[in-house]
Amino acid sequence: MKKTLFDKVWDAHVVDAIEDGPQILYIDQHLIHEVTSPQAFNELENRGIPIFRPQQVTASADHNTPTQNQHLPIKDERSRKQLQQLSQNCKKNGITLYNLGHKYNGIVHVIAPELGITQPGMTIVCGDSHTSTHGAFGAIAFGIGTSQVAQVFASQCLLQTKPKSLRVTVNGTLKKGVLPKDVILYIISKLGTNSGTGYFCEYAGDVFKNMSMEGRMTVCNMSIEMGARGGMIAPDETTFDYIKNRKFAPKGKALEQKLAYWKTLATDEGAAFDKEYFFDANDIAPMITYGTNPGMGIKITETIPKINTPSFEKSLAYMNFKKGESLINQAVNYVFIGSCTNSRIEDFRIAAHFIKGKNKATNVTAWLVPGSKQVETQIIEEGLKDIFTKAGFELRQPGCSACLAMNDDKIPEGEYCMSTSNRNFEGRQGQGARTILASPLVAAATAIEGKIIDPTKYLSDVFV
Amino acid sequence: MEKFTTLLSRAIPLAIENVDTDQIIPARFLKSIQKNGFGKNVFRDWRYHKDHRINSNFILNNAAYSGKILVAGNNFGCGSSREHAAWALTDYGFKVIVSSFFADIFKENALNNGLLPVQVTPEFLKVLLDKIEETPETQLEINLVAQTITVEGTSFKEHFAINSYKKRCLINGYDDIGFLLSKKNKILAFERQKGYPIDH
Ligand code: SF4
Repeated sequence: MKKTLFDKVWDAHVVDAIEDGPQILYIDQHLIHEVTSPQAFNELENRGIPIFRPQQVTASADHNTPTQNQHLPIKDERSRKQLQQLSQNCKKNGITLYNLGHKYNGIVHVIAPELGITQPGMTIVCGDSHTSTHGAFGAIAFGIGTSQVAQVFASQCLLQTKPKSLRVTVNGTLKKGVLPKDVILYIISKLGTNSGTGYFCEYAGDVFKNMSMEGRMTVCNMSIEMGARGGMIAPDETTFDYIKNRKFAPKGKALEQKLAYWKTLATDEGAAFDKEYFFDANDIAPMITYGTNPGMGIKITETIPKINTPSFEKSLAYMNFKKGESLINQAVNYVFIGSCTNSRIEDFRIAAHFIKGKNKATNVTAWLVPGSKQVETQIIEEGLKDIFTKAGFELRQPGCSACLAMNDDKIPEGEYCMSTSNRNFEGRQGQGARTILASPLVAAATAIEGKIIDPTKYLSDVFV
Repeated sequence: MEKFTTLLSRAIPLAIENVDTDQIIPARFLKSIQKNGFGKNVFRDWRYHKDHRINSNFILNNAAYSGKILVAGNNFGCGSSREHAAWALTDYGFKVIVSSFFADIFKENALNNGLLPVQVTPEFLKVLLDKIEETPETQLEINLVAQTITVEGTSFKEHFAINSYKKRCLINGYDDIGFLLSKKNKILAFERQKGYPIDH
């Protein structure tokens, strides 16, 4: 039978099936962080159950960490306690933790690929919905709740009903200044926020074939924003080149064996999907969102649609936007480049390339938050920090930061923030904050202008 | 986990679509390392103004409505995987959430906490919302065994779907950990067969 990439990886991990119920799925890698793990550790401890495979668990502190003065004790008592709890739990159970300040610390979805923990053909879970990021490597990766974190702790398995399959194909060549973030915002704007619910999505076609690993991660990251548990891209030479030589990647003969297997994972020609969508790369342009869910997106040059439903109107009222209006020249006072969607080195290179030689608008507060310590180091070593500092941007230390505003990085009430993160929900970046989602290029351009512009007009010929 | 078979209760109508987990429980309340106590902050930013005054326009603050059932708009629970959303809803006192569509992770989290997600057709959802808004005393009967939701004393009734394994778990108050642990031998055999580098 012809199989999809998803089928191949899924079927290789089924331990057992329950009659007219879910299957028992084996989990290769379990990533944890401070916010969704403490109750799971408690649960196991209360029931006297040991952690089954601690060596298959990796922990990082990311959601609740400060992005300044990470060497000092954390001021917020409850945040400090949560991090202490994570350290204690990891220590007690023999789990590797990349704690605040560690050279490998960062957002779980940035560090696991960076360290070669994420590999094709794996099953990966984390108590975080953006675990879908790792699907960029041809892994089945999805977010789970804390009860499920406890289940994986106890058995390295999960009870799961096999989702349906969905494929999104984008063929053609992307126009200058159109980034992976625009591709996924475009797809979600076309399909809506619940089109993927119950499905696992594969991204196929020229656009993804020609995309870097960083770009593929940006795309897979936001699969959850159309409701899909995860997204996947077939592993190829780009994937293999990225993995080779990373800390936990297989080496030598082991690598050769793995490569031979990884090459068999791509979807068989003619395999059937439950749902398929096709898009043309030529129709994609730089995108922004105007509402309070990620499906409410338009090309930056378009106007806000005129939809007459209470939910739509409630959303526009929150954003203080009007139906039919263009957002070009809309003043924006905050810019955030960061989050597991866009905080990898490539994102900062793109931003730096645009910013170089220009100055940040005086009305704008701009935070650049790398996804990991390694990205931070690279930014400094490549000289990008100098470009940013000269232009008036603030480079902070790694973490989730203003993506969810659990730490001090909050956008004030009523302010607009041009953000490279993944969610524009009400209050996501702070109570009453208004989030506009966009690519790092659009964010950088907004920071320079202090208002929304179409950056493609300003790009030199050499630009991506 | 508490057992669930049937429930007869009044319901609170929340006619908003795409209620995301950041609305159900905002991130700033996720700093607790316990499972309890989240109920006081459920829908925090809709229930209270920024200066902590009660927002009397929000349905949860309308004394006319009460009950252990929340009837909500399409695509309830989208967004993050935070189980705190399910904990906050149960801690507040909800036992059932009715919507025409649920986000995947939220649905699993709810089921793992004995909070029953009942998915109805958009038409039936509209009937429910209208009836409750009109007559707040309306009672809904949820029968998990028969998999039905009924507007009490009327012929408005719909069948709902639920995975039969999960149904058994809810009716008996079982959770998945116990079940998975009972499969330990199969899991060990799987690891051995697939050559996981684990000391057996
Ligand atoms: S950066 Fe944002 S979306 Fe990503 S893991 Fe952190 S909080 Fe979640």
